[in-house]
Amino acid sequence: MTVLDAEMRTMSMAQALNQALRDAMAADPAVVLFGEDVGALGGVFRITDGLTAEFGENRCFDTPLAESGIVGMAVGMAMNGMRPVVEMQFDAFAYPAFEQIVSHVAKMRNRTRGRVALPMVIRVPYAGGIGGVEHHCDSSEAYYAHTPGLHVVAPSTPADAYTLLRAAIDAPDPVVFLEPKKLYWSKQEVTLPASGPGIGTAVVRRHGTDATLLAYGPAVPVALEAAEVAAGEGRSLQVVDLRSIVPFDDETVCAAVRSTGRAVVVAEAAGFASVASEIVARTTERCFSSLAAPIRRVSGFDIPYPPPKLEHFQLPGVDRVLDAVDDLQWEQ
Amino acid sequence: MTPDPRRLLPSADPVTLIDAQGQPAGIVAHTVPDDVELLASLAALITARRLNDQAYALVRQGRLAVYPSSHGQEACQVAAARVLTADDWLFPTYRDTVAAVVKGVDPVEALSLLKGDWHCGYDPYEHHVAPHATPLATQLPHAVGVAHAARLRGEPTVVMAMCGDGGTSEGDFHEALNFAAVFRAPVVFLVQNNEYAISVPLARQSAAPSLAHKGIGYGIAAERVDGNDMAALLAVLGEAVDRARAGQGPQLIEAHTYRMQAHTNADDATRYRDEAEVKEWLDRDPIRRLETYLRDRGVLTDETRARFDAEADRVAEHLRAGLNTDIEPDPQDLFTYVYAHSTPQLREQAALLSDELSREGTS
Repeated sequence: MTVLDAEMRTMSMAQALNQALRDAMAADPAVVLFGEDVGALGGVFRITDGLTAEFGENRCFDTPLAESGIVGMAVGMAMNGMRPVVEMQFDAFAYPAFEQIVSHVAKMRNRTRGRVALPMVIRVPYAGGIGGVEHHCDSSEAYYAHTPGLHVVAPSTPADAYTLLRAAIDAPDPVVFLEPKKLYWSKQEVTLPASGPGIGTAVVRRHGTDATLLAYGPAVPVALEAAEVAAGEGRSLQVVDLRSIVPFDDETVCAAVRSTGRAVVVAEAAGFASVASEIVARTTERCFSSLAAPIRRVSGFDIPYPPPKLEHFQLPGVDRVLDAVDDLQWEQ
Repeated sequence: MTPDPRRLLPSADPVTLIDAQGQPAGIVAHTVPDDVELLASLAALITARRLNDQAYALVRQGRLAVYPSSHGQEACQVAAARVLTADDWLFPTYRDTVAAVVKGVDPVEALSLLKGDWHCGYDPYEHHVAPHATPLATQLPHAVGVAHAARLRGEPTVVMAMCGDGGTSEGDFHEALNFAAVFRAPVVFLVQNNEYAISVPLARQSAAPSLAHKGIGYGIAAERVDGNDMAALLAVLGEAVDRARAGQGPQLIEAHTYRMQAHTNADDATRYRDEAEVKEWLDRDPIRRLETYLRDRGVLTDETRARFDAEADRVAEHLRAGLNTDIEPDPQDLFTYVYAHSTPQLREQAALLSDELSREGTS
């Protein structure tokens, strides 16, 4: 691939992910894809569309319907020279693989003093906002982020989806790659192949001076919309897209929070013992002297994910974000 | 037409080639290994028994946290490793330290986990021995992955995946056998049925006619073998390895054996099994029957036996010396192997610990 091949295209996040997989498979014969329905069907979200046809059955294949087996087999293949990329069909369907992920995927390098590395990617279509029925809409990032040894990323744009997935596949360690389902069809002009900052780098999506919204994955567009509305009301909100939950980019986040002195974390997951809680805690520890108000969280309620007709009550929306911003002790 | 599924069923009784009295059992379906192989296996068995008993003693001396002994199951341990080539992989459980040693792992490194210096003390790539798996059956899907990767590259590797009777109740046992069968992965699943999962007897694990009968549900050919008969194990496992290597897909072998000691030193086996049962299995000891057989054939002399004992003593001495040597673990290693490239957060925490230690040093 030369720079001459680079072309600007409007593509959805789903297409960007598909292209990232295709380019990674072309670049490295050790990259193999497998999971449920990823072969002929191309995945229920079509992220692996056309890859079996292009690369053959040995490179992109369907497995029996058993997530622990899928992740466990990926561990063995990674031990033996491959770079597996496995798909968990939905967030809540990944739970049967939980033991494999926490006991083996996350620990193998440590257990073996670095002798056995597991360069593998676990792709998880995640979170809500698509009218999905129960067990299809969980925000499960905290389980993974709490487990040392895993990298955990969640893109919010097609360009980041491409660059982060390429980085995840190239990474020497396992990456849990969270794909916000409701953003699969969001579009952006993307120039490919693209390279971007590696895993562990947040980005300021919108500059502002009054308060900072910290978000990742599906909450980023909500934060951006809230900032747009706030601007119309005379308040300048900055938006940071974390992109990577582990490692966490304290530097970018703290610089942004210090520059505004006020912050709100926006995340879909239930708030108790969540990634949002961790962000508030660590940012407060580091930036306390710059803060004019406690950092607020706008998260999901601490309830099982609601049925489709009620999910809009659960999802952090623009109004809830702006209410939290209003609460940041402006009148002192 | 569907091939006759009965070809997948194990034999009605476990295959025995040398009976409990050390006499040839007269089975013609399998070839008794030659004397050279059996003599070498006896030497390995004697060393294996010494390793088990030495490790057990080292727990009492406080040098090991705990030791799940394979005393009584040594024939399974030795055979599992001896039927493999250097490039083949072995996936041991926590009770399979001896198998790892027979495959080539240094016994001191193999026991690092239980000594407490680190988790896996050996390089898994050096002898193709995966880290000991403690969570039951979770290593079995890994074995399938290693085998499938080798098969995709056209390599002749076979993987020996070990578990116990308790492990067959786990979901990962089911998933691993199913995946292996679907992908025709060259894996030999060796179930050491030693009658107990800590205290729970086999009848509470499974109502299957035998654990080997589980194979047919996956389309996997299965066999049962006397797990205290070195000759039968070498023959049955060797044939299974050959079939897997020849592309005939995974194989399931159930070895009937017995855990002569408690689950670990921390366990009290008298609470759940009686002495008469233990005594019955003592009479089927794998070492004694092989020794009788080889003496009857005139190929084992007192002199050879003394040489085997001396070798076992040497290995036990090496183990004692290694485990009696205290090494000073570097606390910074706690952070070194979490990721290939440490995260900013771990660098901060490593510095915090380093600072604590330097203050301790100066106070």
